[in-house]
Amino acid sequence: MLYTIIKENTYQDSIVLMLLSNKLSAMDGVNKVSIMMGTPANKDIFKSSGLGTDELEKAKPNDIVIVVDAEQEEKVTEVKEEVEAALKGESGSQDASKDQEAHNWKRALELANNPNLALISIPGQYAAMEAENALNEGLHVFMFSDNVAKEDEVKLKQMAHEKGLLVMGPDCGTGIIHGLPLAFTNIVKEGDIGVVGASGTGIQEVTTIIDRYGKGVTNAIGTGGRDLSTEVGAITALDSIKALNEDPKVKVITVISKPPAKEVQEKVLNVLRNIEKPVVTLFLGDKPAYQEENIYHAYTLEEAAVVSVQLSNGEKPNFEPKVKEDVNVALKDSQVGIKGYYSGGTLAYEAAVLVKAAFEDEVPEEKKEAYILKTKHHEIIDLGDDIYTQGKPHPMIDPEKRIEMLETSGNDPETAVIMIDNVIGYGSHDDMANELAPTIKRVLENARQDGRELAVLATVVGTEQDPQGYDKQVETLRESGAIICETNDQMVRTAINLVGGKVEQPVVDVQTFDHTKEDLSVDEKIMSLINTKPSVINIGLKSFTEAVQSSGSECVQFNWRPIAGGDEKLMKVLQFLNYYEGDKI
Amino acid sequence: MGYKTINEANEAVNQKIIAAAPFLTDVVPAKSVIPELEEHVLLHAGPPIKYENMTDPMQGSCVGAILFEGWAEDEEGARELLENNKITFIPCHHVNAVGPMGGITSPNMPVLVVVNKENGNEAYCQMNEGIGAVLRFGAYNEQVINRLHWMKDVLGPVLSKALKAMEGGLNVNVLIAKAIAMGDEFHQRNIAASLAFLKEVAPIISALEDVEKEKRTEVIQFLADTDQFFLNVAMATGKAMMDAAATIGHGTVVTAMCRNGENFGIRIAGMGDEWFTAPVNTPQGLYFTGYSAEDANTDIGDSAITETMGVGGVAMIAAPAVTRFVGSGGFNDALETSNQMTEIYIGENPNFAIPTWDFKGACLGLDARKVVETGITPVINTGIAHKIAGYGQIGAGTVNPPIECFEKAITAYAEKLGFKE
Repeated sequence: MLYTIIKENTYQDSIVLMLLSNKLSAMDGVNKVSIMMGTPANKDIFKSSGLGTDELEKAKPNDIVIVVDAEQEEKVTEVKEEVEAALKGESGSQDASKDQEAHNWKRALELANNPNLALISIPGQYAAMEAENALNEGLHVFMFSDNVAKEDEVKLKQMAHEKGLLVMGPDCGTGIIHGLPLAFTNIVKEGDIGVVGASGTGIQEVTTIIDRYGKGVTNAIGTGGRDLSTEVGAITALDSIKALNEDPKVKVITVISKPPAKEVQEKVLNVLRNIEKPVVTLFLGDKPAYQEENIYHAYTLEEAAVVSVQLSNGEKPNFEPKVKEDVNVALKDSQVGIKGYYSGGTLAYEAAVLVKAAFEDEVPEEKKEAYILKTKHHEIIDLGDDIYTQGKPHPMIDPEKRIEMLETSGNDPETAVIMIDNVIGYGSHDDMANELAPTIKRVLENARQDGRELAVLATVVGTEQDPQGYDKQVETLRESGAIICETNDQMVRTAINLVGGKVEQPVVDVQTFDHTKEDLSVDEKIMSLINTKPSVINIGLKSFTEAVQSSGSECVQFNWRPIAGGDEKLMKVLQFLNYYEGDKI
Repeated sequence: MGYKTINEANEAVNQKIIAAAPFLTDVVPAKSVIPELEEHVLLHAGPPIKYENMTDPMQGSCVGAILFEGWAEDEEGARELLENNKITFIPCHHVNAVGPMGGITSPNMPVLVVVNKENGNEAYCQMNEGIGAVLRFGAYNEQVINRLHWMKDVLGPVLSKALKAMEGGLNVNVLIAKAIAMGDEFHQRNIAASLAFLKEVAPIISALEDVEKEKRTEVIQFLADTDQFFLNVAMATGKAMMDAAATIGHGTVVTAMCRNGENFGIRIAGMGDEWFTAPVNTPQGLYFTGYSAEDANTDIGDSAITETMGVGGVAMIAAPAVTRFVGSGGFNDALETSNQMTEIYIGENPNFAIPTWDFKGACLGLDARKVVETGITPVINTGIAHKIAGYGQIGAGTVNPPIECFEKAITAYAEKLGFKE
């Protein structure tokens, strides 16, 4: 029996509600429960998940909707009480620091002390509008939000560029600005390597490896995955590269991206060829066909990190990929499959690149759903893909999907190796290793009882300074029976090695290219962004504010709720009127 | 023309409100200043409404006005005229006027004349009849009609003489500034302003040699008894100020808010005389003994012009004494209400400094954009009428406009400026 509870005019962020959904699901006597804001999109999710009710239709975007599937009606009261208690806790804590928090731009700007950066993590359909508001207030924008239309991204970035501002994102999962970790980020030592990256976990992998080698990164600027598309034209990447070039404290510039559109890649390379500092590039998925005098083209994330460290030390680049040789696992002939279940999209992508390269004869099947790679034997899945995160927390926070995948593939007699990543740092689960460990143990044990052996490989992306602690996470996973690899590169090569494959490291010549002269100047507002501790207005997820504040930077929490009650037409009307400049008035 | 942004246009509207110089200059028969008020024409509160859609109190007021004018012998005759569409209705707002509650104004009723000397425009409002059985709440018994005649024959002419004796009339801004410091917010509470008004006119009235002593005494007594007398002055003042501000012709500042018991209507500067309406809410508040929310009429009257100019419920903090009466908790609630209003009013009026608000000026310029953006609607203090004509006032409280009015207004304005979805 389905029961609907509507709490009018009580906006809460989706992450808060999702975590609450998880908590409520665990209640005895509750078959299924979901709690979301009553937006049209969420109503569809209710319906498609079998929780559609007539009452649901009455809910408005600013109402919290709870649909409970329970046998007894008394359960509904319990759920209601639980929700009240949880939300009370939420708003109670907000009351305590009421004076420090804003719920509109005006107040946020009053509270902030010379703000220069807006960190935006509100739902995608509203994010572009608030980003525009931020730019109009002269703030750089870090857009954690995803589901932002490409046209909006183009418009925002052009607008930002004209104003001498930077838009990082959308879908920018990570970033370090003048030593300040933003969104899902690791605590990395400061240093003379400057990173520009179009990918979240790519930046995390590279910066944490650099940290473990004893070097540091003061600025890791995320651009968002579409920055190097033809339409966007690398606006953010180019401004960022120029800023790092102008910053005398930066010795090496490292650029990470998936392979961009050809003409955009040329545009970026042309700028890099104008730069005198040593540069490392990684166009993940492109096997480098040449090296350049001043530009090192890397093949993997680890390589990009290691070479950056070497260049920063004034050494000659020299990278040898590593494979863990001492893996004692007896595989049967029938065990041929590599299964990778990732929380980090770029790590999954790198795994797919390497597996594909190792087994070139296995033609990949067409990409479907969230498979980054699916061949006859192997599969690599990005569990952070939208397909898995609709109405659910990201796998870096929620272990559920990974546990399910580990069990399914562990029971598959064809599976030889399972690979998992554990991305720690701000924003991630407090102790993911501990959540996954029992399952890893059980999967290995089940296989043994089935008369098989199995390798579970794991890599931890993080640093010892991270709240979860790198060593502790590694130790927990090791105790569960997982084989720990230092990097994703090593994990994937080890997996490939176990099933009898090998990835050749490209051996290439140094070539020189003509380049056209490029204006490398950059707006001083961008220079001051990377050269001073940012003063942040955080619009959305409150945990980001806490993270920024605990890193010693100023941050004003803007408890955003959709303006105009979330009515999209009215929001557009307001946007139009607020920025109208014309001859009709 | 000539504003770069809507903010600039709105600022111009606000400057026009601040610059307004309202003077109460006269009391005259309505028809002498409102030519539209011919035989069988009545004014009503709120946006346009048909007789059959009026709530019972407003219909009762119509009967009373017809009896007062002598267009019918009795109630039956009056109802016959009304039901057979023999009476033409015009909203007060369409003829430079405002009217409390039902707002029913007939040609021979005396109206207060407020001149805005900055802009040269005038605004009118009938005079407050006191409390109890009164026309504005739909009462039309003999006592009500007799009082209306007395107001026409005695109160109006006497006040007219008194006002004319003052050089240039009575400066209303000064009175408001004084009374706001004495705890009035000019909608629910006008006692300080009414007394200050009496203080200005009493010596003049007492000295009027061409008025019989008995009449002078009656007038003074009436003014002394009528705590809300100044409300109607404040309303005409608000209308004179906001009509002048509306001449800016651009922007999203609200220039009128009013209700007819069926619909709430607003105007914004950028859309001229166009009404944006939505069904009215019913006030929430405290009821006199024996009555409850079930007896309450829906929201009615042009008196929300006070909130339009930035006083009334919006300036709750100026009048802590009435916060209890209108159903809110106390000083801190009043403070919270006024503080919240600063999110939708974009300025403050230096002419009306509020001591209890640390001398911050009263709210100024209700921006329809901000209302839609925040979902916060202005708080309107209001009397609550019984839903059956003739019972009169049964309580007081607060009411909020339906947000749809503001949504419609800004959407229409955006479209006027070229917005396309």
